Amino acid sequence: MNNEKLVKAFCDALEIEENIVKDDLKYQSIEQWDSISHMILIAELEDVFDVEIDTDDVIDMSSVLKAKEILNKNGIEF
Amino acid sequence: MELNFNLLSGKTALITGASSGIGKETALTFARNGANLILISRNEEKLKKLLKNLEGFNINVDYYAVDITNSELLKNLFSQLKKSKVIIDIVINNAGIMEDAVLQMVKTESIKRTFDTNVFALIDVSKRASRLMIRNKKGSIINLSSIIGTNGSKGQSIYSASKAAVIGFTKSLSKELGPLNIRVNSIAPGFIMTGMTEGITDCVIQENLKSISMGRLGSTKDVANVILFLASDLSEYVTGQVIGVDGGMVI
Repeated sequence: MNNEKLVKAFCDALEIEENIVKDDLKYQSIEQWDSISHMILIAELEDVFDVEIDTDDVIDMSSVLKAKEILNKNGIEF
Repeated sequence: MELNFNLLSGKTALITGASSGIGKETALTFARNGANLILISRNEEKLKKLLKNLEGFNINVDYYAVDITNSELLKNLFSQLKKSKVIIDIVINNAGIMEDAVLQMVKTESIKRTFDTNVFALIDVSKRASRLMIRNKKGSIINLSSIIGTNGSKGQSIYSASKAAVIGFTKSLSKELGPLNIRVNSIAPGFIMTGMTEGITDCVIQENLKSISMGRLGSTKDVANVILFLASDLSEYVTGQVIGVDGGMVI
């Protein structure tokens, strides 16, 4: 369930297809995941999972896998 | 001149330093134009007085007596706003302090106080508020600078440096947030009669009047009306600008 929500959040924020959202997808590895869309992604993840992501974690969110780890730290299980 | 065109109907504006001077006038101007208000100031007593003045307008008003230089308190405030699902359309970064002294007489604590309020807190508010605005891909952030920041003034090097920093921040942030349809502009008021200028002698005022081509000091209304323009959709293609509200003052 949470994994589906995460994938959808990435798709909505970065305007990409579902099949691209894999654990090893990295920040700035695709054109759509740039610094501007990263801000949209953070806002989207905060809304979808009702969490607040600290600045350190915003900087640290370098991949889909890392996003899961950070959300996990905020009590979201995958 | 009071402008009541309902220019901000349905929008929500967050104003720092809202309890007096330009902040208070902006709150009243926005209320007349239909904006819901989130008012922030350290002075709860003055905020409550302002609340009385805002009665009768058909708007929502929330207030927070918070020192915005306290990052933890600010974090909690924005957490609360996020939890309440508040949509912030407009941010007025107005809170500021001015401590005059020639550089050799400036104490380190004064430099720190000035930058904590005029720069660091303004950046902190912008950072937290823009995170909320990004969700809606629209918004307007207005940062209060000063003619002292654009032109400099003797005995005000620290204040001038802090207000110049506001301009650099405004121009850079406008480039970051432009793609998200969030506009960031700055206003550089000239000699405006506010609580900050209360102690200034008549002699100094007369001297300053010589440098103002329109021959009068500015009022808080003069500034609030330009803030209203930048907050409203009338300025929807304006970003990264510094607008002087100084009656043609040359310093």
